[in-house]
Amino acid sequence: MIVGSQKPIDEIWSMVKDFKKVLVFGCNTCVAICHAGGEKEAETIASLIRMRAQQEGTKMEVNHLGVMRHCEPEYFEPVMDEIKKYDLVLSTACGVGVNFLSDRTGTIPVYPGINTSFYGAVPEPGVFVELCAGCGNCILHLTGGICPIARCAKTLMNGPCGGTNKGKCEVSNEIDCAWYLIVERMKKLGTLEKLAEIQPPRNWATSRDGGPRRISVEHIREYEEKEEAKAGK
Amino acid sequence: MKSGSNLEKVLASGKPAVTAELGPPMSADPHEVVHKAKQLKGFCDAANITDCQTAVVRISSIAAAAIAFQNGLEPVMQMTCRDRNRIAIQADLLGAAALGLKNCLCLAGDHQKFSAAGRLKGHPGAKNVYDLDTSQLVSMLKKMRDESKQEGGDPIEVPPKFFIGASWTPMGDPIDIRPMNLLKKVNAGADFIQTQGIYDMELFRAQMAKIRDLGLHERTAILAGIIVPKSAMMLKYMDSSVAGVSVPKAMIDRMSKAKAAAGEDKKKMKELQEQEGIKITIELIHQALETPGVKGVHIQAIEWESAIEGIVKAAGLYPRPSF
Ligand code: SF4
Ligand code: SF4
Repeated sequence: MIVGSQKPIDEIWSMVKDFKKVLVFGCNTCVAICHAGGEKEAETIASLIRMRAQQEGTKMEVNHLGVMRHCEPEYFEPVMDEIKKYDLVLSTACGVGVNFLSDRTGTIPVYPGINTSFYGAVPEPGVFVELCAGCGNCILHLTGGICPIARCAKTLMNGPCGGTNKGKCEVSNEIDCAWYLIVERMKKLGTLEKLAEIQPPRNWATSRDGGPRRISVEHIREYEEKEEAKAGK
Repeated sequence: MKSGSNLEKVLASGKPAVTAELGPPMSADPHEVVHKAKQLKGFCDAANITDCQTAVVRISSIAAAAIAFQNGLEPVMQMTCRDRNRIAIQADLLGAAALGLKNCLCLAGDHQKFSAAGRLKGHPGAKNVYDLDTSQLVSMLKKMRDESKQEGGDPIEVPPKFFIGASWTPMGDPIDIRPMNLLKKVNAGADFIQTQGIYDMELFRAQMAKIRDLGLHERTAILAGIIVPKSAMMLKYMDSSVAGVSVPKAMIDRMSKAKAAAGEDKKKMKELQEQEGIKITIELIHQALETPGVKGVHIQAIEWESAIEGIVKAAGLYPRPSF
């Protein structure tokens, strides 16, 4: 899932203070699970903004709303008329949701209410950890299922570096060294000797370095086109 | 000869090699580089010119290496993967070779968060690059030199002829992977290796036995890293906080004793500890050179370049061979 965290209320206030009608718009999938931007959090943020507006003597109407997903139009289209009644949407969806909605609201700006951080998992309630960086060319089969792109501070393909200290990364003794974990895991799997092979320089073009990425799944496209043609008949 | 560098020649002659280290200044003043180069010249076969070590902005390794070279000191230019992508690295390598530089040490580089272990502001918010890692960088240098090809495959008319080095942390964590770690660097094309500082000679020798089993000591020249200890405090810090370095308790006690002998006299404390540090260094140099498979020593006197002359002479490594 996509993990994010709420922006400080001071920052939010500085974004919204000049608007008269503000909608705090939550997304009830990923960012709701990490308690950052679901409908419930949107409600809380809305009331925080109202309180602040009162303190500052600013007249402002602030409401909240939530839908299941901000990244597919069918989820927010039913509320589009409602959205258009506001002069600012503060979206608490992930950055994808903010972008996607912003492309569709015409003259109404969409601002981010949260900081979108990473793709992560939930090892225990309330804890979220980054495990994949969406590099576009997965090599987990070579590294015992542990990602050196997302989890090594230097994205090393032939680690570990000299900075590993008692299993921790040189960046902080709070962070596990990914390569330490890779070595220990591959020992257990009996595949340690695989690491002797030098991984060549990566082609980062599959990653964000190649520009924004787009995947088109042909059979779905074809199916949709057929359905549309049928409906057209 | 792959590069014809002085370091390569010394190693080819079979004599133990000595490398030292020169840290460029955090300013545009070339005089400090010239001054340090003069202190080191004649007492080592080549000196590493660090590349923004501990993630602190200093005169670039290439520029400082060129200044050292003009002043008669053979430099080992350092190249980290932290700050440049493969385009910038190759451009810099071509430029460095055009300036006459012949040794290049490949490193991952300290993470930008390091900021001199928190002593300086540094640039912890910088974006790091790591387009390549050390093994990939070594193989790129080899490809440029031996195949006259850029990493992407385009031809190089006049290839950069570098003597290619890499660092190695023999006692790094997890310790049983470290021989394989070296194997990869050697397979990638490392002609010489400088190790992380060694204080625990017994542990190092155990790792070297594994290296000999793999035959790596014959495929690359291993220079044992010796960091000159200045004080008991430094040894304690190295032991507790520096990755891949462990200091035997007896050595720390020995240094503490030297400190205690000064009583309350602060100046004397420093003096006696430095003297003891130099003695320890000389013993470590001898023990390292007696270790089968070790071809030389890399002596780091951090911000204390003036100590090198005395150390090299006292260790019986002076004069340095000339060709
Ligand atoms: S290798 Fe790439 S795709 Fe695979 S887990 Fe790591 S970042 Fe994600
Ligand atoms: S210590 Fe480990 S995780 Fe940190 S940069 Fe080095 S190899 Fe990567």
